[in-house]
Amino acid sequence: MSTVTAIEKKPEATTAPATTSISGSVAVLEAFIAEGVSTIFGYPGGAIMPIYDALYDYNDKLEHILVRHEQGGIHAAQGYARTSGKVGVVFATSGPGATNLVTGLADAMIDSTPLVCVTGQVFAHLLGTDAFQETDVINITTPVTKWNYQVTDATEIPHVLAKAFYIAGSGRPGPVLIDITKNAQLQKFDYAGYQKCTHIRSYRPKPIVRKEYVEEAAKLINAAEKPFILFGQGVILGRAEKEFKAFVEKSGIPAAWTILGESAIPTDHPLNVGMLGMHGNYGPNVLTNECDVLIAVGMRFDDRVTGRLDIYAKQAKVIHLDIDPAEIDKNVKSTVPVWGDCKETLPMLTDLIQPKTYPQWLAKFNEFRKQEEEICIYPEMHPTDDVMSMAEVMNLLNELTNGDAVIVTDVGQHQMVACRYAKFNQSKSNITSGGLGTMGFGLPAAIGAKYGAPERTVIAIIGDGGIQMTIQELGTIMQFGAAVKIIILNNQFLGMVRQWQQLFHDKRYSFVNITSPDYIMVANGYHIAAQKVEHREQLRQALTTMLNHNGAYLLEIMVGKENNVFPMVPQGCSVAEIRLK
Amino acid sequence: MLKQEYTLTVYTENQIGLLTRIAIIFSRRKINVESLNTSPSEIENIHRFNIVINETEDVVRKLCRQIEKQVEVLKAYYSSNDEIIWQELALYKVPTDQVAEKVQVERLLRQYGARAVVIRSDYTVFEATGHREETDKILEILAPYGLIEFVRSARVAIIKKSKGFHEKLQQFEQSEPGEEVIENEYLGDNAGVFSM
Repeated sequence: MSTVTAIEKKPEATTAPATTSISGSVAVLEAFIAEGVSTIFGYPGGAIMPIYDALYDYNDKLEHILVRHEQGGIHAAQGYARTSGKVGVVFATSGPGATNLVTGLADAMIDSTPLVCVTGQVFAHLLGTDAFQETDVINITTPVTKWNYQVTDATEIPHVLAKAFYIAGSGRPGPVLIDITKNAQLQKFDYAGYQKCTHIRSYRPKPIVRKEYVEEAAKLINAAEKPFILFGQGVILGRAEKEFKAFVEKSGIPAAWTILGESAIPTDHPLNVGMLGMHGNYGPNVLTNECDVLIAVGMRFDDRVTGRLDIYAKQAKVIHLDIDPAEIDKNVKSTVPVWGDCKETLPMLTDLIQPKTYPQWLAKFNEFRKQEEEICIYPEMHPTDDVMSMAEVMNLLNELTNGDAVIVTDVGQHQMVACRYAKFNQSKSNITSGGLGTMGFGLPAAIGAKYGAPERTVIAIIGDGGIQMTIQELGTIMQFGAAVKIIILNNQFLGMVRQWQQLFHDKRYSFVNITSPDYIMVANGYHIAAQKVEHREQLRQALTTMLNHNGAYLLEIMVGKENNVFPMVPQGCSVAEIRLK
Repeated sequence: MLKQEYTLTVYTENQIGLLTRIAIIFSRRKINVESLNTSPSEIENIHRFNIVINETEDVVRKLCRQIEKQVEVLKAYYSSNDEIIWQELALYKVPTDQVAEKVQVERLLRQYGARAVVIRSDYTVFEATGHREETDKILEILAPYGLIEFVRSARVAIIKKSKGFHEKLQQFEQSEPGEEVIENEYLGDNAGVFSM
């Protein structure tokens, strides 16, 4: 079958008068405008040239950011989507252009980031002939997209794009890829306007809420003595921060976050007890194996959060709130599943629970916090030797930004340190590659984050390994003036791998010693202001200069070479076996 | 939990690429598909997949949820062998002279329910439908007599307790997601009700 069956029940938006003749390329851009797209990240090439040609006339309506590599383009769109809460949009050409998107698609898929990627494709009559720059993009991207579709006829474009935006942004969000052959981009057809998609025969973005399960969950919570909340990105994606805060405050239950859930409630909230998982806080990890009712909200029990599953929270009754039915019982068997959008289910649950406090139970978290503070946090934030630590940089940054900045991280030790120590006052502030752990994510994602939240200070925190993976995007900053503040925490190692080699491979440091270019010269080459900090006494002034600088700024901070990130749940261990040193 | 044969019945839209999407759900987990059949269902533009795998019920349940997650999939059911009625079709091509002389053709036709589809001077094609062991039995009988070619179809299956998919589809299409809370009369009967 060559058509898609999107049943549009409630037409909402219509652009262009009925039956004008337009090209497929113009139809793509009209669809974007109707969907409220204002920023596109992309890179042109042969097979997407008709769309770029049409874009020439849409300069005043659509801002196109020319990245330096398609991977940079899709990570930027991810950063944009995560700070703005909108669907990120990417253009790439066929063949290598499209395959360069794959890492970002996989990242967006596992982190539920809404994207619509449009790739050019060779002429339809050349499909399957190994034509120049032809790859089977649909089959390559199938495992890493929520949905994908190849358009070979321009008449399909309006409803396929409507379907794409609907699928990407609804339910559990995700990336969608639309591959458009060059003939379809060039082909003129009678255009009857654009209708948003609001219904697809086979697609239910939100499961039906089972009220009796919500009641069952409330009963368990009301009877609990040591309940514990774990929250994830579902709270942010569901725009349910307010509802979640109300639930936490009425229930009085301590709540801990996954790294993608961070910032859903303020860091300083008295019931926010910290970070879960491999490098999370001591208390939340240990007490996971002590609580009697575990309430998981919009999180998926990732293995970096649970450690060994066979001894994970076995004593607890588990209530799992999730929009994706496939997540229920996937990793941790739930006692009561609550399918649904947490924006709807949380208020239902809040209504049914009794207002309570758990002073003794909460005090246990604080006791663990004190131990962690003494053994780990304080020494890391206030080192006594000359060597700067990542934690002290974060500590100072918190003080100077007052918790209002968007922090974008790359992947590695600095990521865990940043997530552990950054303070946030508002939602959508912690942008990081969670599930895929994509090195190279930080710099381009920060560019996108700045476009998604132009009024906010965006600080990218990146290791010396990750920055070198997508360093070319400094060119994008140069050309488009994205005012991103970049902090390179340089420990002259691929630090996280080195840490593992130290702890689990007898210090056999195999290919983790990475040298860096002169980042200041590199930044200056891109006309980006930069400074290197080698001594502690320079740090405060350098951070202040960076934050006050009007425009992009790169700060390279030399930190301890062999510092480790603790606490740590060693792989294959229970969360209760978390090590403080 | 023990592995056993399960038949998945998946109702989908008729969409290019969907077969790949469903197939990779198995291949990603290194699960071998024993048999796969897809064909139009009784409802226009709705296709029906029958997929047979050997797995534990826990894994099969999770697989069904992953399959249902695909945009073009309406519903995925799984059934053990005692919950379905199933058939496979087999064709056997044998030299006519050999068979006529050496095989008790009448017995083959009567006892094993085979049917001669084509009889030519050089070869005869028999057809049989049934469970694997039934079609295997005929293969065993014919093999010594110069079997030229043999082919067997994937499994097709009807779920015994299914009341038909029309009603389910209507229920599925009518349920606007998230608009109101629906009391679920089938609470606890996960296999018999839409979980989405």
